[in-house]
Amino acid sequence: MLCEECQMKPATVHITKIVNNEKTQIHLCEDCAKEKHISLSTGLGGFGFDDTGFSVAKLLSSFFETPSKTPLDISDDLECSGCGLTFQGFSKTGRFGCSQCYNTFKGQMNPMLRRIHGKTVHVGKVPKRTGGQLRIRQEINRLKRELQEAVNAEEYERAAVIRDKIKELEQEENSF
Amino acid sequence: MSLENLMDTSRIKWINSPGPDSDIVISSRVRFARNIRNVPFPHLLSDNEAKKIVNDVYFTLKENPVLSRDIELYNMSELTAEQKTMLSEMHLISMDLANSEKGAVIVNQDESISIMINEEDHLRIQVMLPGLQLEEALKQIDKIDDLLEEKLDFAFDEKIGYLTACPTNVGTGMRASVMMHLPALTMMDKIGQIFSTISQVGLVVRGIYGEGSQAKGNLYQISNQITLGKSEEDIIQNVVSVARQIIMSERKTRQNLSGEARLRLEDKILRSYGILTNAKLVSSQEALSYISDVRLGVDMGIIKDLKPSVLNELFIMTGPAYIQEISKNATTPLERDLYRANFIREKMQK
Repeated sequence: MLCEECQMKPATVHITKIVNNEKTQIHLCEDCAKEKHISLSTGLGGFGFDDTGFSVAKLLSSFFETPSKTPLDISDDLECSGCGLTFQGFSKTGRFGCSQCYNTFKGQMNPMLRRIHGKTVHVGKVPKRTGGQLRIRQEINRLKRELQEAVNAEEYERAAVIRDKIKELEQEENSF
Repeated sequence: MSLENLMDTSRIKWINSPGPDSDIVISSRVRFARNIRNVPFPHLLSDNEAKKIVNDVYFTLKENPVLSRDIELYNMSELTAEQKTMLSEMHLISMDLANSEKGAVIVNQDESISIMINEEDHLRIQVMLPGLQLEEALKQIDKIDDLLEEKLDFAFDEKIGYLTACPTNVGTGMRASVMMHLPALTMMDKIGQIFSTISQVGLVVRGIYGEGSQAKGNLYQISNQITLGKSEEDIIQNVVSVARQIIMSERKTRQNLSGEARLRLEDKILRSYGILTNAKLVSSQEALSYISDVRLGVDMGIIKDLKPSVLNELFIMTGPAYIQEISKNATTPLERDLYRANFIREKMQK
């Protein structure tokens, strides 16, 4: 098979893209792939940080290229107040400019995250200080389980202490 | 701590300390991506803002009585290109960081902790331990993360978790990976099969030196791809259980070699041993495959009186940049190959 781009060299890089169940395949030779920044990472010192072996950012960005502009496509006009990045700018690099971008491009976020991760909600670690209400809510849930255990074990004094703690946290949560 | 101290491989934990299943798993690594709230991500950062982040991170760690004596900061702008490549050969930094003038790295004494600053994200915290011990690595990185979080406002969203420059890292911001030595599976052409099976459970495999079945040194890295929607512990459990299965099938493949296949393997191992202990010139590429053979020989009991740690060391120390840095006078490729051959002989005789 010849490279789709230059039609000269044999295609050695094959990319399959599935977006909304629509399958697209691209076959490129190594040189054209490189030009398109779809480089397979080789070389020494690879262990460590280049996590996926090819440029995710570049590949990812191809998800957002809008081949035909429809009038419905208003996302292009959005601009992040934090860093000035536009959605088009993001589409080119696959990288956001600052943490506020996540808020700015909220509307586009869920489908994108679902495509990458299959999920859209974080369930892991929550930082103590900047975790905000989530941290408190998690702590309340944890305490509620503990309360139930204490009640089951008929340790009513301990249960009372836990109940007070929960109340305190609930007040804190409401003050946010 | 100078760069020469960093190069002293005798203090590197993942090379020298024994770890669980270290006949097959060379090292385990957990990495957290973190960013400071309301500050542009590194690629949009001004030099002054970048410097401020480096200082904030460094001094936050310096305030900790235990860590303060243990850590050292290296600015990318103060290192030569060779020195930076060497740090990447040692798995302490990425080439992305090496290429960033705003970048810096903080490394501790046994080089189990490395914190890259202003790489793709403001912070890339890494803990690397010998053998298969991702759970322990998570425990350690968690502490460092907590310590930094006391002073730094991390960008975090209640719904999607830790915010990162690239949405592929959002959520936990965690990448857990194991470096595995899989010569038998590679030899029997079973690696491809494993590659495709693993991708179905959300993990990625790749050669550390080169891709696919042509991976030099038979070293592979297995890591999680998904960072959102699963807890850190669950992600790690997933990687660990897959790693365990691969360990078992590598061991089984080694044991099941018999007859001609076994004879040919022993021959190959001993030839490689012969070359490493006798050759006058060794290039970095051939060094990798011979070291891999000899390491297999040691693990299978075919070669005795050689510690596996020496071979871990040689995997790093025969890299082009490392040799260039340590040899000082070797300027041509020929001189470096000569130096490398001498160096390997010396190490293996000890």
